[in-house]
Amino acid sequence: MAERDTTDPCPLPLRTAYTAQEALVVEDDAGNAEAARITTILEGILVTKGLLAKGEADQEIEKIETPGLHLGARLVARAWVDPDFKNRLLADGKLAAAELGMKVGEAQLVVVENTPDVHNLIVCTLCSCYPRSILGQPPSWYISKTYRSRAVREPRTVLHEFGLDIPEAVRVRVHDSNADMRYLVLPMPPAETVGRHEIDLAGLVSRDMLIGTAVLQR
Amino acid sequence: MPLFHAGERIRVLDLGKAGHVRIPAYVRGHVGTVVQFCGVFLNPEDLAIGNAGGCVVGCYRVEFLQTDLWTDYSEYPDDTLVTEIYEHWMEPAHG
Repeated sequence: MAERDTTDPCPLPLRTAYTAQEALVVEDDAGNAEAARITTILEGILVTKGLLAKGEADQEIEKIETPGLHLGARLVARAWVDPDFKNRLLADGKLAAAELGMKVGEAQLVVVENTPDVHNLIVCTLCSCYPRSILGQPPSWYISKTYRSRAVREPRTVLHEFGLDIPEAVRVRVHDSNADMRYLVLPMPPAETVGRHEIDLAGLVSRDMLIGTAVLQR
Repeated sequence: MPLFHAGERIRVLDLGKAGHVRIPAYVRGHVGTVVQFCGVFLNPEDLAIGNAGGCVVGCYRVEFLQTDLWTDYSEYPDDTLVTEIYEHWMEPAHG
């Protein structure tokens, strides 16, 4: 029987599971379970040492998860009914969001407008850069290596798999969110916005529309 | 002051750096057009190794034709890709 190395402070398989260049994005449940186990152990140690209060981590997680899609949807709905606001949103997303009392935590928010001539698609090939402060956490497929590698390489095929066929005459413009900017797609509005309440319009906006993998059926 | 301006043609240098440099391999060596100067930011090459006291570098959004990036992207000549490039990875492209 092999002698167990009791001096090893980290007797978990994780330590050798990643190479130096491997992103810490795991793609399966087994990986997540492993990370969860390590996190729980680490949290316990930090609480024992008095570096973290009990429940503090949960509070922080809640803070991260509180901003949801509704903030992004509100920006879009306002832009649909107010052309001046739309111009300001396209010029400086962060500043325009502040007008509605939204604090964009990321360095800058670049808003890209879908038009009859251009369809925008957002991806982060590096990891999972996403405007979390106004959209919440990204969907798991957005983080998947498959989406990240294929969205830049064959965007029209990827969009087709999302059920979206972009006409040949429409230019597909992919934004690789690889550095300090964060991106939001401004979808095309419904055919009729006059007289419609902003809250109702915001209800039409889906997360995927703001990433560019869906459009509003007009 | 930014070295490059919107509309200018630039080539992405291939500095051959490994690690968390944030310049995708698929744009290195390619020519694109500056869309926007985004401001200055701490260099991710410093941040990746825990150095938050390094010099700031300019960051730009640069647009490439997909047909330039991928040899088999031939059916849609107008499709483009925009990504962010730090100034020290850029040189003017002529012609």
